[in-house]
This record gives sequence, structure tokens and C-alpha cells, in this order.
Amino acid sequence: MPGLAGLFFYMNDKLKNIKKLNISKPLLLDCKQTVRDFPLAYETYGELNESKDNAILIFHALTGDQFVSGVNPITKKEGWWVTAVGPDKAIDTNKYFVICANVIGGCMGSWGPKEIDKKTNEPYGLNFPVITIRDMVKAQETLLDHLGVEKLLCATGGSMGGMQLLQFCATFPNRTFSAVPIACSTSHSAQNIALNELARQAIMADPVWDKGKYLKKNVQPKNGLAVARMVGHISYLSEKGMQEKFGRKLQEKADYEFSFDADFQIESYLRHQGYTFVERFDANSVLYITRAMDYFDLSRQFKGGLTGAFKNQKTKFLVISFSSDWLYTTKENKDTVIALNASGADVSFAEIKTDKGHDSFLVNEPEFLKTLKGFIDSMHIKFRNEKRI
Amino acid sequence: MKKEFKVIIDLLPKNVRVLDVGCGDGSLMDLLIKEKNIEARGLELVEENVKKCIYKGLSVIEGDAETELHQFPSQSFDFVVLSQTLQAFYNPEKVLKDLLRIGKSVIISIPNFGYWKVRTSLLLFGKMPVTKTLPNSWYNTPNLHMCTIKDLFHFCLEKNIKIDRAIGVNANSTSEIKKSNLEIKNLFSKLGIFLLS
Repeated sequence: MPGLAGLFFYMNDKLKNIKKLNISKPLLLDCKQTVRDFPLAYETYGELNESKDNAILIFHALTGDQFVSGVNPITKKEGWWVTAVGPDKAIDTNKYFVICANVIGGCMGSWGPKEIDKKTNEPYGLNFPVITIRDMVKAQETLLDHLGVEKLLCATGGSMGGMQLLQFCATFPNRTFSAVPIACSTSHSAQNIALNELARQAIMADPVWDKGKYLKKNVQPKNGLAVARMVGHISYLSEKGMQEKFGRKLQEKADYEFSFDADFQIESYLRHQGYTFVERFDANSVLYITRAMDYFDLSRQFKGGLTGAFKNQKTKFLVISFSSDWLYTTKENKDTVIALNASGADVSFAEIKTDKGHDSFLVNEPEFLKTLKGFIDSMHIKFRNEKRI
Repeated sequence: MKKEFKVIIDLLPKNVRVLDVGCGDGSLMDLLIKEKNIEARGLELVEENVKKCIYKGLSVIEGDAETELHQFPSQSFDFVVLSQTLQAFYNPEKVLKDLLRIGKSVIISIPNFGYWKVRTSLLLFGKMPVTKTLPNSWYNTPNLHMCTIKDLFHFCLEKNIKIDRAIGVNANSTSEIKKSNLEIKNLFSKLGIFLLS
């Protein structure tokens, strides 16, 4: 059996066969470095129609990738948003052309810390520049040009995907007819920075991490990375949802074992989530992407703060929050609505009542999926009418 | 089309920006867009209604007008419409002030508690009136602050709110309300619609 690192490099090998755009146009990063000639891995679903009015761009969250629907060819698991995207789903790929790119800093084929630095011929590790949400979004805009999509029907994303979307709308106004930011905010809160810091510290405390140089030795700081993932998973559920799903149920045993094994189902669940994650994700990518989230503050980028960020928007927004989400609360989502309103943007807002926490957008939550579908379908009719005129 | 909506639509010029507070399932917004090319936005408390609006492609914000009107900037709409809900707020005076801040003009409709059938119900039978415009019983009515056309008329005078138009609405007719015919209109109108600024 190949060791974990072996598996990782086997995956790297397979990444050669996925769709990649080489971005040759220089990109000035927020950290002031300029990069050119870097790969952006992406996937598309469905077909772009003749009138080019059916393109939908999806931004993925922290641990997501470009494989939104169907089967992820690398992990052989279902795409991360199969509940919402696919044939006859809320975002119907029989009807719409769906685009998703792996963020830069990620580890599913896009330019990230595990890629080889041409200067040293070794993986970047911590020599990779600190990137921001804006850098990610700028790279992805190039992909739209490459695919011949002048104006999107809709762009959407949850969590960090929603943050990228808000950045996209602010940086490239009116590049999309409509936008659905889901469970996100215009800046990262202290609580969210704290949770990200916990994830980073868990990785950096693993001796295998070795200041990010682990890939030279073909290893992964899997203990640290697994703990980082567990922290995340706790924050994606709600207190009520967790209690109802797990309660104090024991894991395939009748009584306590008076040990530190996973006696409780919740422990077993977290361990499972942690250790399956390390098979598909790079620890340094977690550091870089969480940092990008923490640095995100749209109000800092524009004169006049958020009102400036969203001025002259013709995009039709639908902000969606989940009642039991304590990571990106309804209040934070409403603040985005208020900012959009203050700028005179066309904005709708709906709170989905659910116990499923921040994860609600990823799991089967019928009310959410119905709302998403209803909005996108109605926007498609409007967009077509606008194009005709 | 509901008589009330017809009156409201007729009060509005074409191509203006309108906020419909308590927009329900978006029926009025739909009409405003189709008939007057109005840029319509809604605020709605009931989740089911919010979704109905979204499916129709209407812009709607889920929220409570009682506590969330502050999110709309001053004078950001040409008109704000409030249809038959002023009496349901804890603090109608505060809500009305907010509406006048947000809109250059405000259109308000109220079920008239001064309507003769309402009066006779209380006078003759000694029971809280239940009518078509006031369909609930005393124990389950959302209406906390019932008022008459005369009450609202006097309230506006007292608070220096300009009444640009006041219209009495019945099943088959509408008529202008003025100071001179206030008593009679207050007795014979089911509904009062006020254009304020």
C-alpha cells in the first residue's frame, strides 16, 4: 500500500490530465509581487449556448475545488456541490453552462504552494507569496475571457466562495447579470479569524510540517492538518444540529471504554473527517487560503467603504443566509444587504430556516435549493429579454 | 385587480423608484412594473411570500418593517407604499416617520374603523367588528392600533405631514377626501388611501 505521501504524489501525477489555463498575462498581487505564466485549473459542465446567456460562474469555498458536480476525477468522490449542480438540479447543467476554477493558493492543479517553483526546482512551500481573495478573483476573471464569456448570467458561491463573489462584483462591476452570495460577509470577523488561526496553529505545531518544507521529504503533516479540519467541521455545524445528529451516542459500543479512543460518535465523525481530508488536501494550502480569508475586508479597498465598493452596480443580488449559521451569521449577511442597499444596488435577501448550520448550502436543504433555482431561472428570463433589447 | 391597487397605481407616475413595505407575494410590485415600468423593491416579513417574490424575479428583502427600515438610505425612493399594515405596528408613528424619511412621498392605505358597518357592529351588537376588510376576531387580529380616516387625517395635520391626496375607497367607487367632507367620507369609506409627503 502506498504511504500517504505516495498517494499524494500519485494524485499530483493525475492532476496533469485536468483542464488548465496558463495565465501568461502578468498579475500584480496585493502583496506587490507580479506573477506571470501560472496555471489555473478549472472544470466546466453543460454547454455555452449560441446567445451566450447561460453561463454561471461558481466560486468554491476553503476546501473546495473546481469539481463542482459529477465525480471528482482525482478523489473519485462526488463533486462538492452535487446537491445543487448537475442535470435537473437547482443549477441545471442541461440548461446552464457552469464554470468553476480552483483558486490560486489551492492544491487541485492551480498555482499553489505545492507547485514547483521554477527558480529553485522545489515545491514553493512558504516561498509562495501570500495571496488575497482579490488575487484569486483576478486570476479567475482571465478564465472568462478565455472561455469567451463576456457577461455571466449568474455568479454564486458560499462561504469563501461568497466572499470571492462580492470581490468579483466590486472589482469587475457588471460582469455578471445576477449574483447569489451565500452565507458570507464583506469582511472576516474576529471569531472567524480566531478559528482560522486555530487551524493554522494545529498544522504548524505538527513537527512534520517543518516550516512548510515537508513536501521535499514526500510527507504531509497529517496530524496537524486533520485537527485543522476538525476545527472547521465543528464550525460548519450548529449546536442543535450536532446534538440531534450525534447527541451522546456511542460509536459501535455499549459502554464507555475508559480510554481515549473515539467512544462518542461525534469524536469518530470528526476523526473520520480529519483523516479523509489529509488524503486530498495540502497543509500549506490551508495556511494560504485561510490567510486570504482573514485579510478579506472589502471596505478597506474602496473610497467610501462598502458603499464605494458596490456603487454603479447593475447586477441583481440575492443574499442568502441560514438561521443556524454561527460562522457567517444572518446579521453579517444582512450587513451586506444594507451595504448594497445603501449603494442603490438591486438586492434581495432570504434567510433559510434550518438547523444545518453553515453547511446548509452544501447539504440537501430543499428550501435553499428551491430559492436558488427560482432566482436563477427567473434571472435567465430577464437576462434573455435584456439581451434581445 | 384589487380596487385598492388600482388607486395606488393611478397615483404613481411612470418610471419611478418604489419601495413596497409589506409587499406580500409581490402582486402589487408585479403590476407596478408591468403597467408603469416602475423600479420596484419590496420588504416582506413572511418567508413564504419572500420566496414567491424571488421566483417571480422580483427584488425583495426578508425583514421586519418595524425594526429594519433603518437599512434604507434617506430619500432613496420616489415613493414608499404601505398597504393596510400601519395599524399592525407596535409603533406606527415611528414607522411612518421612517417611511417619510426613505421616500420623497408615501402612499398609505388603512382599513377605516370609522366605516358605518364597523360603527354599527359595535354600537348595535356591542361586539368588536368583523368585516371583509377587518376579517379577524379581537383575540387574533394583528391590528394593534386601529384608526379611522379621520384619525389619520388629524394625525397628519398635527404632525405637520403634508396630505397631497386622500382617497376614500368603496367596492364600486372612489372619491376625494377633503377637510370639508371628512365626516361623511369617514362614515362611508371602507378604505382610506393617503398620499403624504
